[in-house]
Amino acid sequence: MSRVAVLKGGRSLERQVSLRSGARVEDSLERLGHDVIAIDAGADLVERLRMSRPEVAFVALHGRDGEDGTVQELLELVGVPYTGSGVSACIRSNDKVLAKHAMRDDGIPTPDFYSFTQTAFRELGAAAALPAIEERLEFPIVVKPAGQGSALGIKFAGTAGDVPTALVSAFSYDDKVLLERHVPGRDLAVSVLDGEVLPIVEAVPVGEEFYDFEARYQIGRTEFVCPADLPEAVSAAAQELALRVFELLGLAGFARVDLMLERATDRLFVLEADTIPGLTETSLLPQAADAAGIGFDALIGRIVDGALARATA
Amino acid sequence: MGDRPRSTSRDLERYAGLFANRTREMKSSAMRDLMAITERPDVISLAGGQPDTSTFPPESYAGLMSRVAAESTARALQYGPTDGMAAVKDCIVEVMASEDMRVDPDDVLVTTGGQQVIDLMCKTFVDPGDVVVAEAPTYPGAVPSFGSYQADVVQVSMDADGMRIDELEALLERLEREGRRPKFVYTVPSFQNPAGVTMSLERRRRLVAIAHERELLVLEDNPYSLLRYEGEPVPTLQSLDGGNFVVYLGTFSKILSAGIRLGWAVAPAPIIEKMNLGKQGVDLCSSSMTQLFVAEYFRDGRWTDYVASLRELYRRRRDAMLDALAEHFPREAEWTYPQGGMFLWATLPDYIDTTDLLARALQDKVAFVPGRAAYLDGRGGSSMRLNFSGVGEDAIREGIRRIGKVVREQVGLYGTLTGAAPAAPAEQAERAADVIDLSGRRLASSWASLARTQGVGQSSGRPTPEDNAGGGQMPPDGGR
Repeated sequence: MSRVAVLKGGRSLERQVSLRSGARVEDSLERLGHDVIAIDAGADLVERLRMSRPEVAFVALHGRDGEDGTVQELLELVGVPYTGSGVSACIRSNDKVLAKHAMRDDGIPTPDFYSFTQTAFRELGAAAALPAIEERLEFPIVVKPAGQGSALGIKFAGTAGDVPTALVSAFSYDDKVLLERHVPGRDLAVSVLDGEVLPIVEAVPVGEEFYDFEARYQIGRTEFVCPADLPEAVSAAAQELALRVFELLGLAGFARVDLMLERATDRLFVLEADTIPGLTETSLLPQAADAAGIGFDALIGRIVDGALARATA
Repeated sequence: MGDRPRSTSRDLERYAGLFANRTREMKSSAMRDLMAITERPDVISLAGGQPDTSTFPPESYAGLMSRVAAESTARALQYGPTDGMAAVKDCIVEVMASEDMRVDPDDVLVTTGGQQVIDLMCKTFVDPGDVVVAEAPTYPGAVPSFGSYQADVVQVSMDADGMRIDELEALLERLEREGRRPKFVYTVPSFQNPAGVTMSLERRRRLVAIAHERELLVLEDNPYSLLRYEGEPVPTLQSLDGGNFVVYLGTFSKILSAGIRLGWAVAPAPIIEKMNLGKQGVDLCSSSMTQLFVAEYFRDGRWTDYVASLRELYRRRRDAMLDALAEHFPREAEWTYPQGGMFLWATLPDYIDTTDLLARALQDKVAFVPGRAAYLDGRGGSSMRLNFSGVGEDAIREGIRRIGKVVREQVGLYGTLTGAAPAAPAEQAERAADVIDLSGRRLASSWASLARTQGVGQSSGRPTPEDNAGGGQMPPDGGR
């Protein structure tokens, strides 16, 4: 049994979700017999890591700092092995624009997109390019902050008139945003655990057209079907794509890859990869693991063991 | 310890099947998560709704509690009557008399905070689908109460004189045609939370007249009227009505302490009897300990001195906020001018979403309540509630400066995106503001802003989860 520091909370907008993930992980680790040190990631993070000298850190942080490589860099410096992906994989995945470029370059289907920084609009006249983008992507266009893990700040622009408002909202979260072609269809999540794909979860919004941040963490707002009711070939293709993304981005331990199955064409598109997917009662990765016969404690145990094994490899 | 984890998604699904339908309206949300971040100590929060209890003299508090402990041990530790202790009812009669209301102690129900009155009103009157009329925007803390009783809340616009009574009448006509009778009209007529406006005397008279004509109940929620910083007091609906169709909600939260959790209802006897039965089922009685504390506190007759000191404190803070708004908010913004209370309501151009703006503002360590929290139908997306009672003047000035900065950023960005205006770097915009005559500009705005967020006419229909996104998701601050 090991001394495990659970890093949770932090200062990101997903702090509350992270606290819920972290609390569940702590309970699970205690049931597994580990010595648990709970750390709300704040200004004393490095000091607390040095003082408590854990054998491994379970990073249960979501969003800024936790998923963008910042905390991973600190853990490397302090010399504490940690769960999940390393620094460079976090940076590549957390920035949706970087991840989408990598996927496109590698031939992995991802919805067409354009990305801009605030500087491009403020100082380089990027606004003049908007009509051309709108023409190429067709409405509705999805406008997203590049680095926000949840659905916060994601807006649908139904017409050209909606685009500036959607951009203002998205820029509330990040200096870089992307405009992405909307793929109408089924919302699929493929979780990967130690290079093994888990059963696919389909998120079916209840009476809503968009799977939003509200629904993502609430019971009753979204129905989850796991394993998703898909033709075998489609399931296999989605799982293969998820594995390719996992390897392409250099992910480790566990991750979740979100895809859309386009209704009109039955084509799959990868939206993004989440390096530290939620571990709350309603989160998708635990559901997928459960469907594969891996209970929550077993899931957490495997994630920790994997981190320790990578550290000694 | 078995192999099976304590809570899996399957377990959760099992419980989900047991939850009552009304719990669909009771949920956590992104907005609640964002609001939780506003409570971090390094954030200047203009989002709370708390009175400032730091000015209550510690020695006075200690002395009062010591006397309660020494002289009334057994009573303080014991259950009390469901309707409240007689000594506390006398205090309530005294507080209401200070606002020219004459009430019989028998018509008073002491409650656990004023919030319980809202709950008991719903418990007493609302069946699923029943119509409750509220102001737009309404007190965010009432939204979960209405939701948990599955009320069909219809919101009526306000302007600088409070609820639009013409719109209310049109709504009542429509509902009558549909064969629907509202169970009650919920209003905060004085220094409304969140809008900060006060219903005019003329409208109060008209509302009471309508209540009599139609035998319509009105729930008058009146936590703030003793916190008036200027202007003449306006009679309460209860005093104009004479105790027939107005149920009055009062609270000690804003004039003494929110922590003692004591409020009250005054209503006609048949209603009080039903609410009393409802309260028995909820908590049997309110805290004996804090009721004895209140009775002791009122004994020397100096409770009005403390209220006067709060008035002075909050008036200075309100003025600091109004000055800071004039200095730091861009010309596109508008806000209300509260003559009392704890809140004002600012409205930004409709291309700014204040929920997203809050995420941006939190990076600069400042917080407010996004306007959507005060609507059940998704409106209010470009408005915000700002509280001026909870933090000191310096923090208010700095907080407004920070919010003003991010609003200017977004106004400038939108201008750049639409070609409507040249991009103005934030610093430059701030300098420009300094040379404009700001005296009185936009203060006591024409209320065009609030009217704009209302849309036209009323909204109706059951709130869907999507409609309710964010609605009522605040901690019950500013509450009763």
